Amino acid sequence: MDFFKQFAVPHPSFLIYASMVGIGLTMLAIVVGITYFKKWGYLWKEWLTTVDHKRIGIMYLLSALLMLFRGGVDAIMMRAQLALPDNTLLDSEHYNEVFTTHGVVMILFMAMPFIMFFFNFLVPLQIGARDVAFPRLNAISFWLFFMGMGLFNLSFIIGGSPDAGWTSYFPLAGNEFSTSVGTNYYMIAIQIAGLGTLMTGINFMTTILKMRAPGMSLMKMPMFTWSAFIANVIIVFAFPVLTVALAMGTMDRLFGTNFFTTANGGMDMMWANLFWVWGHPEVYILILPAFGLYSEIISTFARRNLYGYKSMVASMVLISLLSFFVWAHHFFTMGQGPVSNSIFSITTMAIAVPTGVKMFNWLFTLWKGKIVFTTPMLYSVLFIPLFTLGGVTGVMLAMSAADYQYHNTMFLVAHFHNVIIPGVVYAMLAGLTYYWPKMFGFMLNEKIGKWTVWLLSIGFVLAFIPMYITGLDGQARRMYTYSESTGFGPLNMVAFFGAGLMAVGFVLLVYNIYYSTRYASRDISNDPWDARSLEWATHTPVPEYNFAITPKVNSTQAFWDSKKNGHELFPGKLEKIHMPNNSGLPFIMGCAFFGFGFAMVFSMWPIAIISLIGLLACLAYRSFEKDHGRYISVEEIEETEAKLRGAKK
Amino acid sequence: MKVDNSLPLEYSTEENSLKILGFWIFLGAEIMLFATLFATYFTMVHRTGSGPTGAEIFEIAPVLMETILLLTSSFTIGLGIHAMRIGNKKATMVFFLITLLLGAGFLSFEVSEFIHYVHVGATLQTSGFTAILLTTLGTHGLHVTFGFFWGLFILLQIKKRGLTPETANKSFIFSLYWHFLDVVWIFIFSFIYLKGMM
Ligand code: HEM
Ligand SMILES: [Cu+2]
Repeated sequence: MDFFKQFAVPHPSFLIYASMVGIGLTMLAIVVGITYFKKWGYLWKEWLTTVDHKRIGIMYLLSALLMLFRGGVDAIMMRAQLALPDNTLLDSEHYNEVFTTHGVVMILFMAMPFIMFFFNFLVPLQIGARDVAFPRLNAISFWLFFMGMGLFNLSFIIGGSPDAGWTSYFPLAGNEFSTSVGTNYYMIAIQIAGLGTLMTGINFMTTILKMRAPGMSLMKMPMFTWSAFIANVIIVFAFPVLTVALAMGTMDRLFGTNFFTTANGGMDMMWANLFWVWGHPEVYILILPAFGLYSEIISTFARRNLYGYKSMVASMVLISLLSFFVWAHHFFTMGQGPVSNSIFSITTMAIAVPTGVKMFNWLFTLWKGKIVFTTPMLYSVLFIPLFTLGGVTGVMLAMSAADYQYHNTMFLVAHFHNVIIPGVVYAMLAGLTYYWPKMFGFMLNEKIGKWTVWLLSIGFVLAFIPMYITGLDGQARRMYTYSESTGFGPLNMVAFFGAGLMAVGFVLLVYNIYYSTRYASRDISNDPWDARSLEWATHTPVPEYNFAITPKVNSTQAFWDSKKNGHELFPGKLEKIHMPNNSGLPFIMGCAFFGFGFAMVFSMWPIAIISLIGLLACLAYRSFEKDHGRYISVEEIEETEAKLRGAKK
Repeated sequence: MKVDNSLPLEYSTEENSLKILGFWIFLGAEIMLFATLFATYFTMVHRTGSGPTGAEIFEIAPVLMETILLLTSSFTIGLGIHAMRIGNKKATMVFFLITLLLGAGFLSFEVSEFIHYVHVGATLQTSGFTAILLTTLGTHGLHVTFGFFWGLFILLQIKKRGLTPETANKSFIFSLYWHFLDVVWIFIFSFIYLKGMM
């Protein structure tokens, strides 16, 4: 019996039991459904073993949307708890777990896979490549991410969720104060997903450096590809730091080492430093691809070339460098000297300069453009003022002396949601709407789409602007309740209402997907938005080999040139195409990692060792395996092409 | 697969040159990993709590042996790659084998060094300093262990399949990895051991 006790949730409540039942039933429904429709074979052959970057991208997308809802439910729970003074909907322990999982899920298991989706789906198409440099590694990356995500979510129903915040500061995250296995989950699940991300970084850097279509010099790459490239460089340099920090944190918790304790030479600030040396660049890993997407969308719908291409690139390079030199702004108030505070204050503010350059470039692109207000454009246009507000409050936070006032208050929470929601989430939703036809061959409904944008935006303003005010008045972050006399009540009620509107917005998004799947016209061209870059030059939906003939590029918008100035995009004739074979190995390795991680969380060493051996066996097998892929013959290509052309009249 | 014979075997296909570039980037990530460990080491080196300091537990003789073994193995893997370039399968295999044996020698010294640390009361749990010391050394040691098996598998493949673009590519990448571990060791030797003993 003792063995099973460790799997029990430490502070069960009705809400947790209800969700457990919900999750259980959903899982059951999925398994029964797949069996009933006899889809296991299809699932295995077409998805679980796939190495096609487009499908891997779509799997990232599904994970991201799923996690958006999981994190969103957490958000609503928090706002509901804070809506009234002295509320008792959640108790303090449950509240701790909710804000922790909300933060981790949103950043690492929602926003990250969302950008991974864009990397995977778009980058090869934008550079005119057949696939990424290492297709199989790409599948491994996905499965590691997926298993990390699964493991993290499991914490909710087995053993207890982490409760030390998404920053997991020690000694709070040490065994002494975080007594459940929750923080073990945190350390290990993020470690697994993080390894996958690191491999993605290596893969996409190589892809972009080596696999561009003929004629596409670096300075002719589409802006999204540039942003993806820089984000991946940041990944390669930042993620190893996280790997080390998490490994040390794991050892402190499982093996009783003294890295981050406050006794025996341990150093709790070491964690804070390592965490933010990774954590700050991490937010730029998220925001730069979002900037890339906005650049694509704004230039498409302003019907103009992007203004200031070179300065766009230069500013991203500068941001990526600076992002590594600002981390200590996260602990201005934790006892470092005034010199250090001033330096980090200045480097932080310096980031506003290249960001401002980008803002002006977008504005100048719009300036003389003939703007078409589609849904993606609406997101992009609203992004500009909203994000600017977040940027301004960021500069306020960067003033180290003033930070003593706002530190760890709702002001900070308002600030980072103010940059991350209009900055990242809007970009993802805009990009999703924009690229939806390329993925699935039909458009999302514009009218519902615009309703979604407005609901989200009004909800956003109502949910987060009040937090600036209560934050300045002293409402602390991560505080599960407050008394009536503070006067925070009414504004928090407004925020709750705003969060509710946002929730309606997200539900509307789902409804839109459902509605458009059923009713939208399938008779759309390959280029429904009249866009400018290469991904729109191939068929919709994209055939597995992407381009029948490798495109030849002459400018930053070769496709536009081919439409307007008669540039020949596909010179040459068909040749057989080399493609990689599917493989079950990445998925199996993912499962082994999952087993290993789960066993580690509960210190079940024999199982951990067995999983580890399984994992190494997979690597050994891979080393000996001979797999040279296969060829698609010219006849097959012609057939596919004819069929795809036929579909569009 | 197109083989371009004007290039060395390990670069001769497009896939091969992709892999080599990818591996260089991976080494960039590895540099960050070890840099983080070193940075942590330097900040925690004097945080010995109630445990011993470096000067009290380091012993020069085994460390020198480890250094000699690993440096020599870096040299022999270089010879192995040279032999591979001139197409001498047998010599390639012999140098690979010597490299792996030297690596194994390094590991056996390192294991006994670790046993010694535990013996004198410097375990992972003793203090912040011992934790980061053993973690840094251990990470490097695990890399060498992993490399040992990896190299062994490549050796077996060369034996079975000969020097093909594929095996040559793997061997070359492996040699990069092995040299890299050597460079890391030089840092460990100078900044952890020598500095610690002074
Ligand atoms: C969609 C509407 C959202 C609402 C209503 C919301 C609400 C909240 C609230 C109330 C908190 C603070 C709780 C506290 O400190 O007591 C919080 C924390 C946080 N949120 Fe959100 N959030 C939303 C979306 C997002 C998104 C999209 C992201 C990231 C991509 C995100 C990332 C975070 C992080 C990192 C924290 C800090 C967690 C911690 O303190 O450890 N949130 N959110
Ligand atoms: Cu920061």
